[in-house]
Amino acid sequence: MKRWLRFISHRLVYMVTTLWVIVTITFFLMNLLPGTPYNNRDKLSPAQLQVLDEKYGLSEPLFTRYTTYINNILHGDFGISLQFSDQKVTTLLGSRIGVSIQLGLQAVIFGTLIGIILGIIAAMKHNTWIDTFCSLFAIVGRSAPNFVVAVLLQYIFAVSLSLLPIGLWKDGFSSSILPTLALSISPMADTSRFIRTEMIEVLGSDYIELARAKGMSELRLVLTHGLRNALIPMVTIIGPLTVSLITGSMVVENIFAIPGIGEQFTKSVLSNDYSTIMAVTILFSTLLVIVIFLMDVLYQLIDPRIRVGQKT
Amino acid sequence: MSNIQLDVKNLSVSFSTQAGKVHAVRDVSFSLHKGETLAIVGESGSGKTVTCRTLMRLLSKNASIDAGEILLEGTDILKVSERNMRHIRGNDIAMVFQDPMTSLDPTMKIGRQIEEVITLHRKVKRKEARKRMLELLQLVGIEDPRRRSRQYPHEFSGGQRQRIVISIVLACNPKVLIADEPTTALDVTMQAQIIDLLKSLQKKINTSIIFITHDLGVVANVADRVAVMYAGKIIEIGRADEIFYDPRHPYTWGLLNSMPTLDTSAPSLYTIPGAPPNLLKPPTGDAFAPRNEYALAVDELYEPPMFQISDTHYAATWLLDARAPKVNPPAVLNKRREEFIKRSGLYAES
Amino acid sequence: MNININQIPKELFRFKTTGQDTAVKEEITPSPTFLQDAWRRLCKNKGALASMLLLTVIIILAFLAPVIAPYNPNTQNIPHANLPPRIPGISINGLNGRAQLQGKLIDRYALAKVPADRNYLFGTDEFGRDLLSRTLYGTRISLTIAFIAAILDLTIGVFYGLTSALKGGRVDNFMQRILEILTGIPNLVLVVLMLLIFKPGILSIIFALTISSWIPMARIVRAQTLRIRNMEYVQAAVALGSSQVRNAISHILPNIAGIVVVRAMFSIPSAIFFETFLSFIGVGMKIPNASLGTLLNSGYKMFRIHPYQMWIPSIILCIIMLAFNLFADGLRDAFDPKMKE
Repeated sequence: MKRWLRFISHRLVYMVTTLWVIVTITFFLMNLLPGTPYNNRDKLSPAQLQVLDEKYGLSEPLFTRYTTYINNILHGDFGISLQFSDQKVTTLLGSRIGVSIQLGLQAVIFGTLIGIILGIIAAMKHNTWIDTFCSLFAIVGRSAPNFVVAVLLQYIFAVSLSLLPIGLWKDGFSSSILPTLALSISPMADTSRFIRTEMIEVLGSDYIELARAKGMSELRLVLTHGLRNALIPMVTIIGPLTVSLITGSMVVENIFAIPGIGEQFTKSVLSNDYSTIMAVTILFSTLLVIVIFLMDVLYQLIDPRIRVGQKT
Repeated sequence: MSNIQLDVKNLSVSFSTQAGKVHAVRDVSFSLHKGETLAIVGESGSGKTVTCRTLMRLLSKNASIDAGEILLEGTDILKVSERNMRHIRGNDIAMVFQDPMTSLDPTMKIGRQIEEVITLHRKVKRKEARKRMLELLQLVGIEDPRRRSRQYPHEFSGGQRQRIVISIVLACNPKVLIADEPTTALDVTMQAQIIDLLKSLQKKINTSIIFITHDLGVVANVADRVAVMYAGKIIEIGRADEIFYDPRHPYTWGLLNSMPTLDTSAPSLYTIPGAPPNLLKPPTGDAFAPRNEYALAVDELYEPPMFQISDTHYAATWLLDARAPKVNPPAVLNKRREEFIKRSGLYAES
Repeated sequence: MNININQIPKELFRFKTTGQDTAVKEEITPSPTFLQDAWRRLCKNKGALASMLLLTVIIILAFLAPVIAPYNPNTQNIPHANLPPRIPGISINGLNGRAQLQGKLIDRYALAKVPADRNYLFGTDEFGRDLLSRTLYGTRISLTIAFIAAILDLTIGVFYGLTSALKGGRVDNFMQRILEILTGIPNLVLVVLMLLIFKPGILSIIFALTISSWIPMARIVRAQTLRIRNMEYVQAAVALGSSQVRNAISHILPNIAGIVVVRAMFSIPSAIFFETFLSFIGVGMKIPNASLGTLLNSGYKMFRIHPYQMWIPSIILCIIMLAFNLFADGLRDAFDPKMKE
């Protein structure tokens, strides 16, 4: 128990430090930006600029703005969007976050599930045409950029066959099918490849041989001994998977015109909307840091060989 | 005949590799009696492990059984379907592997790993399986089985793990137990304990054991009969005392001669010159001839048949042919043998 | 073996003359060096070999763009806008200059009054620029960015990883904390932030890519260095007074070279992906500069009407990515058959 407390507090300190560093870096980077947040600066008189700067708090010295900003975000206030009809950033993102979460979860569940199944099949049929096919699928999935996949899916199923909605988030689940597919290709490819490698190694180990000698069927030993041993190290790729999902969501949401965080981020980037860019950066980083934290805890929990607090 | 538990006839196994076909087991025949222990000795690569894996039908995918039959109480297990073979594995024939450190699933509590094999072959409720599991742990000498059954393999020492593996293997009272160098990975005191455990359990459940080893000290202690393998063939087989007191094959001489003894006055350890032949292209004639200081001209041309020496003792060397010159085993062997039997007595006392 | 024992002539039952044939005949072939061995394994991998050839061809074509491109990639020619590909001698719809217009298949080239000897193999874009030339130039830019980013990320990663591992103690601890914090930022966000600060262009893209991609390299180098440093022969060298730098160069670098090269090979396709990705969402290379990403970006805008403008760069991009991945995979297996991820 004491070990756990120490371990968790250690990780929490790391989380907070990381987030603080990220907030600080992004804040100063954003404020060094060459562009200006106002669309039509040339047409504004100095007096007007003054008023606007006051309104958005841009007239104070940098450091004061920094402390105010930190204080504000600790109170859940990310400022006002400089571009999108003066909305509060939290309202702007709040209305979009649900969509992104749904899309992300659907993609990660579908992708890893299919990936695990493909990986197991490939490993069980190691060195047969089935294995070659699964590996080929994995490498094509890894090589085809998600925006190309998204456009291709959109073209086939929405434009040519008119089976599914072409975009937007209006028709409930059916409009989420294509984006989910497009977003899940990369986790699917990564998972299947990872599970295949792990499983081949596990299947060659002595304890699997003993399980075979016990008289277990191949499928049963894969599902009991094989899967538990191959899935444990999969915890380590959850972090990278999250990163690729975040990356993917930006284009997939754009291509399918889905009102999510990723789409907002690209929009904000293209229009120098500082406060929103910062908020999204912090949001994504928080997500990633939390995922890394959970992954560390999970790893300690599920691998009986590791004592809590021990580095692997 | 009913005394014969397992009868292996003319077994040949080969592996197809990138370099070609490797003839790992060449025309091996032997039988195993009920309740006896047969030791198979030989260098690594002599085919002893492949022979035993064939008995379990646990060969890698590139292996093929080219000829032979394996009769388990009269049924040829090479002809049994894979589904039925699963009922034989772990139930009728069981196997202990070399390295106890890696033989257990590191992520599963050991109790469950034992129960698994019981529920697989016996139609019993979980509760009964659990009871049997605790009995087994007790039987193999794990103290406080109730608590320890909830632990993971990494919480046990090597010797304890091998005990657990033995309890898994013996859970269904198999008719044949194959032990593939079960003590090689353990230290010497642990070796003696595990061998004593196997011997006492063998008496309790009356199983036959095939014991693969290269340690002749272990052989002298456990084996009723000994088969010596070289280059995929059995070259001498007989009762343990026959092999130790009256070995006939020059390879067996070399093997006995090359075992370390406690005799510190021995100037240096004897080694058999040369290396085993390449089984990609098994040589014509006697495979051992190039390393044999007693090689005859005929060895290069013809493979020696099994010559019968007694009811139980056979050896494959042309030296036993009536026309061959008389050769006595090297004198040094006698002395070493005495030393050797004395040393194996250490095991018996412990 | 069915020979009657009694037929064997008695003379054969004599000892072989001593000294004759006692030495076992064994052909000793010189064992191949590590590199030869790796090369042999690579050559056995057909996918990797084919990818290598394909990549060589693509790289040569891309870097010869100024020589072989049929037209200037930036010259606009509005009358010839949006012409579909026309490849002489091929009459498959889509590659013969015909395209759907208001439901009818018509010869766009005739409509635009293009001379019969003027063919656009990949078609033209909305400004009448030749897409083949733009693709060649675009591939050149994308590959250049990827190669430079990979080299930089290799240099920084190796330097950082080596320093961290060899200095050890507090320095190592501090350097590792920095890495941990950096892993907390999604790399794409980091890249985008960098691109916002610097003016978009080749250099800033390379810089942004490098910043986010040297981290895994540093990690691998550190782990491998620690592993090798603890091996006995290196310990022995240290005990004999070999200096750290010398040690790093003579013992450690050669041993991690394989892994580092493989990792760098994998970072090339990922750099290509990021460049196209960034240009696609509009923060990378800016139009009219041709890169695979900007071609995709402008192709996507027209893709409902003129799908070929999207498909051609997509296919090229996918082929390049696939070839790099297959080649890197093959290289990894060749250097160490057991090495994982």
